Amino acid sequence: MNIKQWSVLSLFIFCCAMSLQAQDIAKGKKIYATRCLVCHQADGGGVPNMNAPLDGASNVVGNNIARLVRIIKKGYNEKIALDGFYYSNAMTANPDLSDADIANVLSYVRTSWSNSASKITVAQVQAAKSKK
Amino acid sequence: MKTVKQILVIVLLAVAAQLQAQNNAGLKLPNGFKATLFADTIGSARHIAITQNGVIFAKLMYPNKAGKSIVRLEDANKDGVADKVTGWANYGGTGIFVSGKKLFATSDNDVYLYQLNENDEVVNPLTPKTIVKGLIARNQHASKSITLDGQNNVYVNIGAYSNACQEKDRSPGSKGMMPCPILDSAGGIWKFDGNKENQVYGDGIRYATGLRNVVGLDWNTTTNSLFVTQHGRDQLNSFYPKLYTDAQNAELPAETMYEIKEGDNAGWPYVYFDPYQKKKIVSPEYGGDGMKEGGENAINPTVFFPAHMAPNALLFYTGNQFPEKYKNGAFIAFHGSWNRAPLPQEGYFVAFVPFKNGKPNGEWEIFANGFSGLSGDEKVTNPRKAKARPCGLAQGPDGSLYVSDDSRGSIFKISYSK
Repeated sequence: MNIKQWSVLSLFIFCCAMSLQAQDIAKGKKIYATRCLVCHQADGGGVPNMNAPLDGASNVVGNNIARLVRIIKKGYNEKIALDGFYYSNAMTANPDLSDADIANVLSYVRTSWSNSASKITVAQVQAAKSKK
Repeated sequence: MKTVKQILVIVLLAVAAQLQAQNNAGLKLPNGFKATLFADTIGSARHIAITQNGVIFAKLMYPNKAGKSIVRLEDANKDGVADKVTGWANYGGTGIFVSGKKLFATSDNDVYLYQLNENDEVVNPLTPKTIVKGLIARNQHASKSITLDGQNNVYVNIGAYSNACQEKDRSPGSKGMMPCPILDSAGGIWKFDGNKENQVYGDGIRYATGLRNVVGLDWNTTTNSLFVTQHGRDQLNSFYPKLYTDAQNAELPAETMYEIKEGDNAGWPYVYFDPYQKKKIVSPEYGGDGMKEGGENAINPTVFFPAHMAPNALLFYTGNQFPEKYKNGAFIAFHGSWNRAPLPQEGYFVAFVPFKNGKPNGEWEIFANGFSGLSGDEKVTNPRKAKARPCGLAQGPDGSLYVSDDSRGSIFKISYSK
């Protein structure tokens, strides 16, 4: 292959990768709309004192992926502290979400609103699950 | 030159004050009513109470920047703005009530009693009497609201630590527990003796049950009975999408006001009140399908309102300042909804219901709006966008109405003049 062919091919691969990523975010947004939005709200702002915000939340954009995966899968029923405030509502468990679903919805919330953290891959979700 | 500058500053300040007075601190009110921003950024002000001298006490959900969780506010020069603001205590909570020189305040577990002196200053800020202790507070609906009945009995809301008493709270398909074990110690109103110290559950009586979470309550001196406003259940569509659409969930169930007689049951968690069918409908967690009626032994609401608006305070107006139609009527502070999403939110205003001879006498209406700070008729789409969220109400000795807010930490004073 010459340089021109190489660049066409790499552009093609790049575009494929982009569209794949875009689709992941779109899927994540759809899951968010049906499962998460009612409590965490369309702007990811949550509800003061009740439902934790996701936009700008240190936990959400942080590196503890195992915790994020566990919260989505298992939910919780306790008062939690986050960035200086407390949130009292129970988080619903989502045991039926696949690893890909979790990767997609996490990628969506970590890159939406003011968040610009890394996207999450299926492999990261699987690794997080094995950590416990 | 310096004097010119000084004069200019004074003029500008006067103009700013005038503008602020003209725009009623941003509130929209009926004709003849005016509002001032009585206090601002005092902390997460939940309920407020006022003495016969007009001194206001606000209970904060969290200690404020000064580390205080009960704030005392006084308007010594009577210009409608608090000029002396102090505070004490370091525990968060919602309930506060003044009875003569006694000041009751609550944490999420306890009810405390402070003594005020002739200037309405607290005598024992560090050593209150503990009137009730050890009440259940498990995350959800943990705040304790209180009122007294004129006979020194304290009525305390103990909210249910659950949405609908499912085996697994807020989980799709999880059944409702039968009977609901929460009702033994929460999900109702408990009555205690306001004179007796260190009372626990066994010393009080369960005055009313089947109330998911009451945040607003007031003793009505016309009927000599307790009235409460309940926060209705959430998420019918989230957990039962086959029975309820998003649009239906946004309007179901009604937020409700009840007149309570000792021993009453308002039906939670087994039923909810549907504002369209005007019936008590069996909850889906208990086999309901959105149509099936239930709650034969449960009371009906005295007034009902659109869903999810969160009625956080109730006050029967007994003053003489407002026009005749307001006399003995009910003001309700709606904190504002979240569970209407993805539809726009509702509430974030103070409503009024006219009463005659202790019964509602006409439709409810919005009395004071604009707390959210959004322009025109723009709806709150996400709760964090609302600048102020009405949470507490108090009637001043001159008949003015005070509204507290736990978001921006403000208190508004609403007055009427012909």
